[in-house]
Amino acid sequence: MLKILKYSYYDLIRSRWSYVYFLFYLALGFVLLFLNNDLSKAVITLMNVIIVLVPLIGTIFGVMYFYNSKEFTELLLAQPLKRSSIFLGQYFGVAGSLTLSLILGLGIPFTLYGLFKSNAIWDFSLLLATGAFLTLIFTALAFNIAISNENRIKGFGYAVLLWLFLAVVYDGLFLMSLIVFEEYPLDSYSLLATMLNPIDLSRTLILLKLDISALLGYTGAVFKQFFGTDAGLMVSVAMLSMWTVLPLWRLAYKSKHKDF
Amino acid sequence: MMVKCHSLSLLVMLLLGNAVWGSILEVCPSCSIKSIKEAVAAASDFDTILIKKGVYKEFNILLNKPLTLLGEGLPLIDGEDQGEVITITADQVTVDGLKIINVGTSYTTDFAAIRVIKSKDFLIQNMVLEKLFFGIYLEKAQNGRIYHNQIFGDAEEEFNSGNGIHLWYCQNIEVDRNMVQKVRDGIYLEFSDNINIKNNISTNNVRYGLHFMFSNNDVYENNTFENNGSGVAVMFSKKIKMRNNNFRKNWGTNSYGLLLKEINDAEIFGNVFEENSVGITIEGSNRLQYDNNDFINNGWAVKVKGACYENVFRNNNFLYNSFDLSYNSKLNDNIFDHNFWSGYTGYDLDKNGIGDVPYRPVKLFSYIVNRTPETIILLRSLFMDIIDFSEKVSPIFTPDQLFDASPLMKRFK
Amino acid sequence: MILIENLHKKFGKNEVLSGVDLEIKGGGIFAILGPNGSGKTTLIKSILGMVIPNKGAILVDGKSIRKNWKYRQHIDYLPQIANFPGNLRVKELIRMIQDLRQKPSEADQLIGFFDLKPFLDKKLGTLSGGTKQKVNIVLTFMFDSPLIILDEPTNGLDPASLLRLKELILVEKNKGKTFLITSHIMQFVEEMADEIVYLLEGKIYFRGTKEALMARTGQSDFEHAIAAIATTPADA
Repeated sequence: MLKILKYSYYDLIRSRWSYVYFLFYLALGFVLLFLNNDLSKAVITLMNVIIVLVPLIGTIFGVMYFYNSKEFTELLLAQPLKRSSIFLGQYFGVAGSLTLSLILGLGIPFTLYGLFKSNAIWDFSLLLATGAFLTLIFTALAFNIAISNENRIKGFGYAVLLWLFLAVVYDGLFLMSLIVFEEYPLDSYSLLATMLNPIDLSRTLILLKLDISALLGYTGAVFKQFFGTDAGLMVSVAMLSMWTVLPLWRLAYKSKHKDF
Repeated sequence: MMVKCHSLSLLVMLLLGNAVWGSILEVCPSCSIKSIKEAVAAASDFDTILIKKGVYKEFNILLNKPLTLLGEGLPLIDGEDQGEVITITADQVTVDGLKIINVGTSYTTDFAAIRVIKSKDFLIQNMVLEKLFFGIYLEKAQNGRIYHNQIFGDAEEEFNSGNGIHLWYCQNIEVDRNMVQKVRDGIYLEFSDNINIKNNISTNNVRYGLHFMFSNNDVYENNTFENNGSGVAVMFSKKIKMRNNNFRKNWGTNSYGLLLKEINDAEIFGNVFEENSVGITIEGSNRLQYDNNDFINNGWAVKVKGACYENVFRNNNFLYNSFDLSYNSKLNDNIFDHNFWSGYTGYDLDKNGIGDVPYRPVKLFSYIVNRTPETIILLRSLFMDIIDFSEKVSPIFTPDQLFDASPLMKRFK
Repeated sequence: MILIENLHKKFGKNEVLSGVDLEIKGGGIFAILGPNGSGKTTLIKSILGMVIPNKGAILVDGKSIRKNWKYRQHIDYLPQIANFPGNLRVKELIRMIQDLRQKPSEADQLIGFFDLKPFLDKKLGTLSGGTKQKVNIVLTFMFDSPLIILDEPTNGLDPASLLRLKELILVEKNKGKTFLITSHIMQFVEEMADEIVYLLEGKIYFRGTKEALMARTGQSDFEHAIAAIATTPADA
């Protein structure tokens, strides 16, 4: 698997797209810092970017890479290699290069602007860690979609729909359900609903750092327990790991039963 | 340090116009006078009782004549939980440089480390009070000064704890440079007018850092209120001036930096509200001036509940609050003008430093959170951004008259 | 060498292989022929483990290939569409396959043979179809495996390269290797194949030498014989 990872990564690291992705983050970082020079505010703006854009790029890029490397995959399949290592290797190649683009692209400008001397370093590290998780999760979901759909157009469609659903529609439904059932205690429900969507979960994880004062203003005991302690952080990280591992597991399973 | 305090206290005594210069009685475990009570009994008016370093197990020390109680090397008075420690009933009393511990706790009587009853021209300074119920309790007192005391309580619950500095029916008192921690209310005022509270640090208190009830014409400035149940509550009071205070990290359910409830004609200038669940909660308060305050990283910078009229917010900085403003009604009679809002995304084509499009500080989301508090979990989600944007374009739920027509482009300095 | 028993494969409702039995003993060139959609590629891919059969067994060298991937160490495969990761250079691709297989290879010799030297530093994405096919051939032949599977090997090749390919196949055959080849170019098949396996409607319709095929169809021309076989009754 490590060999496949190496070659997929090697291939990607030299593709135009990972440069575009890298340069995009680099430019974003510099522009943000140039415009307001305030690390903490830039971190807030970045959060929005990471929550929305990273999943989108992870999804699109994952699907694209999977379909584009179909022939390469077939070449590998004829080699004496285990199937699951072929796909997991490719997956880690893609997810790894995306994550690297993200971390370097944002890390360089922020480091140049004195990140290490600033209090924002923890917020920023959390942001990057969350971004990395989201990349892993959404690339894995994208691979799942692609491996289950031979038709590229369909695959792309589903991938974009998945992103749209998790990034926007889910929250809309969530909000409506909260308002409709506002008479009932909703603490546990809303925490659970948050856990079930990796984007919401990542957002909450960052909120724990950025908007803790607002979150602690709310009365619910469950909320308080969750946000007031490190338990919230730990549960969130555990859930994000689940979100990464489950699609990978399905990917490995699907790959063993698929015809090429 | 002590030498400096002594010279300072002597100076203060002179300033107080203590014309008659009394003699000095020394108290120490090996002196002829071994207890403070003995010394008080032996002293005549305007004498100074010099208490040497040592431990004095005494309570109910009544100062009923104009005396100066001066500690040397911070002598310790242990009340052994028996009741009140020092009670002052005479005018022109000074208490300086003592440490008092173990004040009695009672559910029927408010025992204090030092109680002042109906006296005038007193000075209480350089005291250290620990293991206490009430700290310094002023009752119908006038023209006194509470200066540079340290009060460290160990309060956990509201119902069985007392206040650090408590003023009841007082006039013209100055409360300066005190440090109050872990009591119920750091500083409490009830029916007290013309009080000046400055340079105090009130932290980790169970209820409020500073609490006003039915008190008028008071000033508090340059104080720091941090990590209290809530920072400061000003209730049923008039003409309070609040200047250059720091309200920080008052976190929690119904927690706020500053609560303004049924108060009128106050001035709130130059304060900093940082990292509070709510910066200011305003309820039924009218004709207040908010100028040049900084609201930084609060959950809500300002929460307006109930009817509030003719409040003016000008030249304030609203920086990175989760919500700038929350209203629970569609009515608005308050003015927001020339503030800096970090959430402002408008432009300034004529370069006059004022944004060309108005800023609407009330977000639809803040309205939704008011209705269904659980929705707070959707804070900063893309969906909320989208509906906030649509509300911004055409306000339906939020007060449409509420906007800052001249938002500043740069932070007000 | 290869033993296939009662092989079935469906793609959705479409039954592609319906009970294929085939035994191929070592040595010689076997052409797998059949009309479009008759299951040639599916059969090849089943042997390679790329398609997972619904029913039946495939044994390579006496071992079942189910849940087994190591047997592929002894198979070289030339895929039909030679499309490689566009960002890799030719040299890197060759090195990568060598790296993956960990077997001795004769890449340099083959590169010389197919005049690929000038392209070694080019990215695969910039190569023409014919050059890619040559790279593909190099990748396939550079290892010394007893079984070689070629799916449309002549695609995109210029006449000179085609001649070299034929030469290469014959050289390897003479070493005692087994070839499975599919091709639409009947001239190529006629020239190279020792035995014909003709698939029709998911079954082996005919298996035998070229001479047997022509005798059975009564045609004197190989191409016509192939075209005619589907209409000739099996028991004729």
